[in-house]
Amino acid sequence: MPERGKTRLMLAILAGVFAFLYVPISVLIALSFNAGGLPTAWTGFSVKWYGELFANRDIMHAALNTLIVAVVSTLLATILGTLLAVGVEIRRRKGRFLETIIFAPMIIPDIVLAIALLSFFSMLNVKMGLHTIIVSHVVFNLAFVCSVVRARLKTFDWSIVEASADLGASTATTLRRVVLPVLMPAVIAGALLAFTLSVDEFIIAFFTAGAGRSSITLPMQIFAMIRFGVTPEINALATLVMLFSVIALALSQRLNRGGLPGQ
Amino acid sequence: MSPVKDRKPLYLMTPALAWLTAFMVVPCLLILALAFFRRGIYGGIEYVFTLENLAMVVDPLYARIFLKSAGIAGLAAGIAVVVGYAAAYAIAAMPRHRQPALLFFAVLPFWSNYLIRTYAWIVLLNREGLIVHLFRWFGYEGELPQMLYTETAVVIGLVYNYLPFVILACYAPLSRLNPEVAEASHDLGASQWTTFRRITLPMTVPGIAAGFVFVFVLSIGNFVTPALLGGGQFQMIGNLVYAQFLTANDWPFGAALSMALIAVMMVLLTAQTFASERASGQGGRDA
Repeated sequence: MPERGKTRLMLAILAGVFAFLYVPISVLIALSFNAGGLPTAWTGFSVKWYGELFANRDIMHAALNTLIVAVVSTLLATILGTLLAVGVEIRRRKGRFLETIIFAPMIIPDIVLAIALLSFFSMLNVKMGLHTIIVSHVVFNLAFVCSVVRARLKTFDWSIVEASADLGASTATTLRRVVLPVLMPAVIAGALLAFTLSVDEFIIAFFTAGAGRSSITLPMQIFAMIRFGVTPEINALATLVMLFSVIALALSQRLNRGGLPGQ
Repeated sequence: MSPVKDRKPLYLMTPALAWLTAFMVVPCLLILALAFFRRGIYGGIEYVFTLENLAMVVDPLYARIFLKSAGIAGLAAGIAVVVGYAAAYAIAAMPRHRQPALLFFAVLPFWSNYLIRTYAWIVLLNREGLIVHLFRWFGYEGELPQMLYTETAVVIGLVYNYLPFVILACYAPLSRLNPEVAEASHDLGASQWTTFRRITLPMTVPGIAAGFVFVFVLSIGNFVTPALLGGGQFQMIGNLVYAQFLTANDWPFGAALSMALIAVMMVLLTAQTFASERASGQGGRDA
């Protein structure tokens, strides 16, 4: 194949793949601004569906729940995950068992973790609600924070820790004043990733939320709504949620130029 | 190495490891144990050892659902790998300075909510959806086949959701290829196709394997995509597990099903590690 023909073929492939990736979400976004709200005809630009969204009590309630779950689980996961990462990287010997435990929450199928936690909580007679969603979200979130921070620690110069110790600093002081400042961008990147994962997570929340509507999260609300078909309100909500994830993760990526695991 | 480096890690790791033990390891062991108990008459659990649940997994009725799930997952993974590899290859063939941006935009959709990406296909495929309207707009008045709530819709949804990951996985080894190797092959008289088949493809097997296994594993246990794009009657293993826990109330059988799911997953991940190690011939560290 001559070079020119090859380049053309490559461009055609790229055009096709990018169309496949972007047409569906673009249609969704466009329809959210369609005054008539139907895919049948464009009846003018309007943000009225966004207004309806904010007037919808169920959606606002779910959004608040999601915010609570995401904030609390991110805080916990960031602390636990960062400590874990430092602990693991300080060790000289890397145990395979330890690696498996840390890696498992990222690859275990959601549905399996979800039913495992549901069985666990109900056997212990724990009343389920937002708190059980939070506990469950920390499981995978801490693993993601840990792996982002560990990636950063791979290039960390441990000799400055030794220097700090030689100069008489305690371990706690060394961690706080020497290690943490260097790690900060990775810690924030990890926290942003965790926050986004928690906001978007559906299956585990669905199983550990318990009965009733009080602890419904935004993805659970979206799932319930889209089972009944397409409405302009869902389009608007979907556009906002998508925008949020993309911005948060782009920010996370920027802070941490090592690339995000699993993303 | 200083003593700080060897003594301290334990208390740093303890909180996280305790959390993972309490809320991941123990619940998973619980599920494992549950698979060997009997279902109570009123849906509870009777603590009597039995192998019935595992036997039920291989019962033709359920084995069929397992095979169907594997078939759909395999199809989705196969399509995703072919399309994803082609895309990765095309990105790697573009000028170097353009590649990061192209890769970024290929992965971007992956960052948005899974439910929403799936919903986007409902918007396109439903009876009043965009595709139907496009046909009408072009003047086609005939009967159109049902698109939403079919197996095809499920496969499309899975490919769509996981394609960015495959592109990423395939791009990594492709971008590391030394162009001089291909040039040498060309100079020695090999055609482009032969060079691709004998040099490029074998050297990028780890990416292909990683992409395939990722899509397969996430697809076979998927419950959202079949539920939304397959319609109410459509069952894959994930939906079956879901039903055992939330509607049929047969937890031991649901537990046995998820054990089977985990087993399939572990076999595949091991096979993938093995394939990557063989392909790279040096311990497969970058797989």
